[in-house]
Amino acid sequence: MSFIQVVGLNHSYGERIILEDINLKIHEGSTFALIGPTGAGKTTLLRLIGLLEKLGSGKIYYNGTDVTKSNDLRLKVRRRIAFVLQKPQVFNLSVYDNVACGLRWRGVKKGKIDEKVHHILEMVGLESYKKKNARTLSGGEAQRVALARAMVVEPEVLLLDEPTANLDPNTAAKVEQLISYVVEQNHTTIIMSTHDMSQGQQLADRIGVIINGKIVQVGDAKQIFRLPEHKEVANFVGMQNMIGGRVCQNSKGVAVVDIGNSLIETVSDSPVGQEVYVGIRPEDITIALSNHKSSARNCFFGKVSQVTSQGPVSQVEVDCGFLLVALVTNLSLEDLDLRIGKEVYASFKATRVHLIKRR
Amino acid sequence: MTEIWRGFIKAIELIVSLDAEVLEIAGRTLRISLTSTLLASIICIPLGSLIHFRNFFGKRMLINIIQTLFSIPTVIVGLFVFVLFSRAGVLGDLGLMFTPTTMVIAQVILISPILIGLTISAFSAIDKAIVDTAISLGANGFQTALVVLRESRYAILSAVIMGFGRAISELGAAMMVGGNIRGFTRIITTAISLETAKGQLELSIALGMILLSLALVINIILNRLQQR
Repeated sequence: MSFIQVVGLNHSYGERIILEDINLKIHEGSTFALIGPTGAGKTTLLRLIGLLEKLGSGKIYYNGTDVTKSNDLRLKVRRRIAFVLQKPQVFNLSVYDNVACGLRWRGVKKGKIDEKVHHILEMVGLESYKKKNARTLSGGEAQRVALARAMVVEPEVLLLDEPTANLDPNTAAKVEQLISYVVEQNHTTIIMSTHDMSQGQQLADRIGVIINGKIVQVGDAKQIFRLPEHKEVANFVGMQNMIGGRVCQNSKGVAVVDIGNSLIETVSDSPVGQEVYVGIRPEDITIALSNHKSSARNCFFGKVSQVTSQGPVSQVEVDCGFLLVALVTNLSLEDLDLRIGKEVYASFKATRVHLIKRR
Repeated sequence: MTEIWRGFIKAIELIVSLDAEVLEIAGRTLRISLTSTLLASIICIPLGSLIHFRNFFGKRMLINIIQTLFSIPTVIVGLFVFVLFSRAGVLGDLGLMFTPTTMVIAQVILISPILIGLTISAFSAIDKAIVDTAISLGANGFQTALVVLRESRYAILSAVIMGFGRAISELGAAMMVGGNIRGFTRIITTAISLETAKGQLELSIALGMILLSLALVINIILNRLQQR
């Protein structure tokens, strides 16, 4: 049995259903990321797993024991978990006292507390702040206090709700490093929520996508980002090209999809007649001025209809009778002189096309 | 105007000369009010937290009633305690009528609504996330309550200061259940009332100034605590 198992969990606030039929298995020492849009129910699910709230129905098992029933058991299990809330609230005490709280509540001896607090403060780089009142710290520092405060109790399970949501990129990177370090050092099981897909990709062994209170797909990063099973997941993970069509031919694993005015070839075992969405990630589409060099099976002629800059890359929309969105580096954008109205070839490999069943 | 001035001079005289009776009255006043404030705090802060943390039917109504009782007239409290402790009363057999003990009891009853009410507001001002944070770090129910108490310590201390202010300044209940017995239950407010009735305005003004000075000193001490 998995270390943490959630079975048939439902939860609602009054009339509003927040979570519906959640089933999860999380292995010991692994990092699990919940990703999904804001308001999907990530925080609520973490709060329920962290035993901060009583759940509507269903069961949560830690090490095979159902922990949803007795209050004594809940406290005991809660003390093996640490939860870092999204907006860290520090107590109106010194940094040292903030970090020492969890240990004191667990009845740890004074000398031991001193040793552990110093060690962890050094680790998060706040050793020189220990006498400062935590309320006077900046957002990033407060977040590190919150992390230190949670990690100092050496929890078996660390729950992180959007650990870097309110931080600037540099501070966020430091926090991410810290999290990876903890996993390696203590073999801690981590469940985190994030709406930052790259963070999920970097830190997590497995990812669960939660949309509208339901877990729609669980898998490793590659499965989620390359092979989404639902249109919503594809949409959320940035598979911007989603074209409706129907499989009209399939021979030896190469399927041809009729999308109305064109045919797209793909590697798939979908049967003929299957209604599908054709999904292509924008970074998998190549834009060229001629179609000679391309070895890609799918190559379409069209006109650039829009160019949007996104920092180091630009998003180029090509109208090929249907719309294709491609990502192009700014260098190629200049080389190819891509402007609205420019005639181009958009091509992509059959192996880069992902079919999602329409239901 | 000259009376106030003479009263002021008299007050300084009485204080500087360490007038035995004035010292005795001032000492008793402080002792009774501090005792009642301490007792009321011990009872009301936990009671307030209990009301805040528990959900029960009629909670909102109860809080409304408590807040209404902030302005309960001191004579009504005096009357209530009088009825309880007078010879024919339920607790008459204790023989506590006209003793400092009954005065303390009356003051505790008088300031309890303020302490409970302000404790509840102090707790309500604490972010729900503080409670969540404490729970998430493994605090049990009692430890969580202590966290909230610690986070709201300044507001709670203000409540205690308010309670003390009402206790030391009240006259009605002290007069009714203490009886203003010289050397036994006479406190500053009852003494002022008596001296004014006797036409001894200077002494009254002097006592009034001493009362205010005492309140000032206590407030300064409590404020120091608050700023730490």
